Amino acid sequence: MFSGKACEELNMRVGYYPGCSLESTAKEFDLSFRAICKGYGIDLVDIPDWNCCGASPAHQLNEELAFALPYRNLLKAEEGNVKTVVSPCPACYSHLLNTHNKVVERQVLGDRLTEMVGGSYQKSVVSKHLVDFLFRDIGVERIHESVKSPLQGLRVACYYGCLTRLPGVDIDDAENPTMMDAISSALGAEPLEWSHKTECCGASLSITRTDIGLRLANEILEAAQGVKADCIAVVCPLCQSNLDMRQADVAKKYGRLYNLPLIYLTQLIGLALGMGSEDLGLDKLVVDPLPVLRTKGVL
Amino acid sequence: MKVLGKQENVHEFRDEILALCGEDTSNCVQCGKCTASCPIAPEMDLQPSQVLRHVQINSRKPVLQCSTIWLCASCETCSSRCPEGIEIATVMDTLRKLAVEEGLATGQEQIVAFNEIFLDSIKRHGRVFELGLVMRFNMASRQPLKDAHLGPVMLGKRKLSLLAHNIREKATVREIFRKSRRFFLGDKTGEAAD
Repeated sequence: MFSGKACEELNMRVGYYPGCSLESTAKEFDLSFRAICKGYGIDLVDIPDWNCCGASPAHQLNEELAFALPYRNLLKAEEGNVKTVVSPCPACYSHLLNTHNKVVERQVLGDRLTEMVGGSYQKSVVSKHLVDFLFRDIGVERIHESVKSPLQGLRVACYYGCLTRLPGVDIDDAENPTMMDAISSALGAEPLEWSHKTECCGASLSITRTDIGLRLANEILEAAQGVKADCIAVVCPLCQSNLDMRQADVAKKYGRLYNLPLIYLTQLIGLALGMGSEDLGLDKLVVDPLPVLRTKGVL
Repeated sequence: MKVLGKQENVHEFRDEILALCGEDTSNCVQCGKCTASCPIAPEMDLQPSQVLRHVQINSRKPVLQCSTIWLCASCETCSSRCPEGIEIATVMDTLRKLAVEEGLATGQEQIVAFNEIFLDSIKRHGRVFELGLVMRFNMASRQPLKDAHLGPVMLGKRKLSLLAHNIREKATVREIFRKSRRFFLGDKTGEAAD
């Protein structure tokens, strides 16, 4: 636990919907978020026996599945007695939020989902994306006051991807969001103005049409390098893996090796709070962030 | 060229999309903002604004067969910038479902296959098993060694689970799949005919 008045325990009991990626390719997002919550005395309660939200394939192929899969998670959250549910993945978050909103708007949809899933959702869940939870619930001020090792001089390009535009989402300016930038500033880092903070990473096209995924990754990495970023901060497991894992492939295709680390914002927070790099899963990132963090004196 | 008779509804396709997803494509003024904003436009055969135009003029088949509806990454840039407030990404979703329903999804079969394998993974386990998904996708798209170089990297970082995680209530999820229908048809409830 952190000490000091501003860092007193939040004593919050908050529902947590990790989503499938955080069990595999984005383990370090999970590790680092749990670590900072523990530091603030927040009790993260996993939604019992949660299932996949359906992601894009459900809304592309089957409308009822796209509502019913998140609906079961909302039911499970109520069973687990949590009111607020935090999701680290923007897509998971949007699907939980949007399903809740649609059920509130349309009784007939709620009835159909109740019949499909076998339980009646009482519409009590408040869904939040992780970055909104950091920004508003933990609070930028509190984060700032609990910093032990400021990320002085670290030039961070904050990358939001499609988070602020997804259906039902209204947490920040859609075109020029600043929540991640404000948090980075609170950590002592230097958030950068850059052109690609809300451009699309290509999502699953990186698997199904890798050529398109590589083009988009090259454009985003080029823009970040153009403003002399030391790293790109992310809050989405898919953005992270598309931009991090494929840098060698980008180099092969476009002849440019960026070697730009893609660091989860939660990992940057953990570092500034004085946590160890292994506790935050920094060793799991493909482009090794340790050299630039050492050069900048952050580690 | 097909000439419409007096009795034919020249807005049939627009009405169909409106009924299925609530988006009225006749509001589109062809300003082209969606096309200018779309990050995938260079690879699409029809531009997003052209897709909307086809719907307006009752031109069904070209839309259901275009690559655009499959290449759309649902990033929602078009929807958030449309001056007429059309949820274009929602229209794309509806067109995809219609294309699959009518067996017209062509040209980007690997994307349809990926989506189907993804859903099947949820149906089997309740969650997505990422390693299994990628391996099955590679087999289905006949490129078994695709991204094989990334395997050792991800395994070395212990980021890929070798075994699927099965949720306890797998049966409930399977039941959800069994009951689900491609489109939600309001109060006309009933079970899928599968």
